[in-house]
Amino acid sequence: MSQSSSRVDNQRKIWPLPGGIHPPEHKQRSLQKPLVDLSLPAQIVLPLSQHIGAPAKAVVSVGDRVLTGQVIAEAAGAVSVPVHAATSGTVVAIEERPVIHPSGMSAPCVVIESDGRDQWVELMPCEDYTKLDAQALLEKIRAAGIAGMGGAGFPAAIKLSSAPAQKISTLIINGTECEPYITADDLLMQTRAEEVIAGTQLLAHLLDSPKEVLIGIEDNKPAAIEALRQAAKDTTIEVVVFPTKYPSGGEKQLIHILTGKEVPSGGLPAQLGIVCQNVGTTVAIYRAVRYGEPLIARITTVAGDAVTTERNVRVRLGTPVRHLLAEHGYDNTKAARLVIGGPMMGVTLTDIDAPLIKTSNSVLALGAQESPLPPPSQACIRCGMCAEACPTNLMPQQLYWYAQAQDYERLQAHNLADCIECGACSFVCPSKIPLVQYYRASKGALRQQQQDKLKSDQSRARFEARKARIEREEAEKEAKRLARKAAADAKKRAAQAAQTAAVNAPAVELEPVE
Amino acid sequence: MVELILNSPIILSLSVLSGLAVCFGAILGYAAVRFRVGGDPIVDQIDNLLPQTQCGQCGHPGCRPYAQAIADGDAINKCPPGGQTTVNALADLLDIEAVPLDQEHGEESGMKKVAYIREDECIGCTKCLQACPVDAIVGAAKQMHTVLKGECTGCDLCVEPCPVDCIDMLPVVTGIGNWTWELPRGSAQQVMELIATDQGRGVAA
Repeated sequence: MSQSSSRVDNQRKIWPLPGGIHPPEHKQRSLQKPLVDLSLPAQIVLPLSQHIGAPAKAVVSVGDRVLTGQVIAEAAGAVSVPVHAATSGTVVAIEERPVIHPSGMSAPCVVIESDGRDQWVELMPCEDYTKLDAQALLEKIRAAGIAGMGGAGFPAAIKLSSAPAQKISTLIINGTECEPYITADDLLMQTRAEEVIAGTQLLAHLLDSPKEVLIGIEDNKPAAIEALRQAAKDTTIEVVVFPTKYPSGGEKQLIHILTGKEVPSGGLPAQLGIVCQNVGTTVAIYRAVRYGEPLIARITTVAGDAVTTERNVRVRLGTPVRHLLAEHGYDNTKAARLVIGGPMMGVTLTDIDAPLIKTSNSVLALGAQESPLPPPSQACIRCGMCAEACPTNLMPQQLYWYAQAQDYERLQAHNLADCIECGACSFVCPSKIPLVQYYRASKGALRQQQQDKLKSDQSRARFEARKARIEREEAEKEAKRLARKAAADAKKRAAQAAQTAAVNAPAVELEPVE
Repeated sequence: MVELILNSPIILSLSVLSGLAVCFGAILGYAAVRFRVGGDPIVDQIDNLLPQTQCGQCGHPGCRPYAQAIADGDAINKCPPGGQTTVNALADLLDIEAVPLDQEHGEESGMKKVAYIREDECIGCTKCLQACPVDAIVGAAKQMHTVLKGECTGCDLCVEPCPVDCIDMLPVVTGIGNWTWELPRGSAQQVMELIATDQGRGVAA
């Protein structure tokens, strides 16, 4: 394996990622300055939906005074997490506000006017989590509002609760952070290595001690590797280092790199007995259990040519991007665009007042040179570079044709659903075709089509049920009518019989008299 | 007898052929009973393509009856909610020519709608309950009625019977929950825009 460079010095077999690319890393830029806490903004805007699943339901009303860490919205349904006040103050509005979303639309948010005192609610620390059973731990994780902090935002408790049905044999902590510019997890691992290890041990305890506990990390983070190795010295946790390549940090990709196993199409890692969690999530889970701290802050990378200070900061969730950028010398004349979550898979921000949420691992104020307008796309020349770059072994060039033709059957047959939208295909395309944009749109249309189908099947079932009900009611009515008719007939006959009897009877009775 | 058959090729071939015919006949006869398909599968296939709004705009009391009618030879262009897409899909399935949508039965709106009852004005007459083909309205006599948004097919049938006109058909808005990306503009379009100096010259073919 020529890919295992000399930088990798562990013994474990590393399975090379198929495809992948090497975009310019730009990671050193934000690593030069120490991690600091960002000042509290005057207003904090907390979207009710910061995760995948049903939006949380607000449980405070306008005018309420809230304390830091207080629940302001409860989880609504099974796949949902609560939201906590990120600072103390007064709820001034519960309304639609611009949020981080590619559509640029607004979504319901709770707005808190900070009182600047940052008074906390009373927290429930737990000295020794080993005394708690899995259910109690999961409940603590759920109550702390923890959703995956690597980018997708899937509720952490749900991912971890697949354990009873399926014995988990491998726990993987994802410290890959393969997107350019972002160093939030890197700095977290450098500064809080003990908590990463403690969180990993907690998760291992929760999952009933998996056989293997691995922390996967790319070899471009030597300081973090050193810190983690130091902290994990006397544990069974293995820090696995592998060559840097985008997108190694995808869950399925990382599982493949570390174990050689492939998560089946449409399946979950738990089917293979594997659970994967991001390092940020792991630390959040540790703090939630150990100190009772809900998820109200995270580390975010600020970088780009349009800011003067490039570094990592600890921000309260709900901090408007405007406030964050103002503290970093943002010059909007230099900015070509603002990106949240990395240049490859991130979202272009349309409104600078949108707040940072649980999944926001970076704010990039990119200059025109860093983020030039995409050149007009040329015709596909069928060079096949996209197929070589695809980390999921799809055929991007075929998918491109089918997406253009909106041929959803073929798109499905070519496993469009397995596309992780990493953008490697668009990155390498010599014709500059926005391939991943085609796939995103097609995936959306496909989802829409499936929903429509579901709905029409439901309507059909309801229509049939109604028809059956009406027929049944008609039949019942008919039966009742017949019964009534029969009863009336019987009555009539009885009356007739009585009458004839009455007519005949006197004659019979009179006979003896005669 | 055997001798005769074996010696005469004509009789031999005749008897072999008739023997085979009896054999295959028996197999086919058995298969016809064993693998018998109940009902008309084409009606199900047609029904699957129809939008299931159950609106009755085609003149049939629901999608399934229309599917039956199409199987019996009715025109395929009577479904405005399905629009031209449905007509094309039906033409594809039945291998007949796709005709334009018959405007007589209504126009294709292209926008999904959902019924909404202005609840202050509802008098509780239950007329809309009886009209709804998918039982998507709940309520009782002299009680307020309301539409189950998720079940409503937007068929319009409840609007007409309402004596106080308190039902609106509202378009389904795209929210952040059901938003999807749009396809990028075609590359041909972009290439045309690339040569800016050529814009506005010449006439489009």
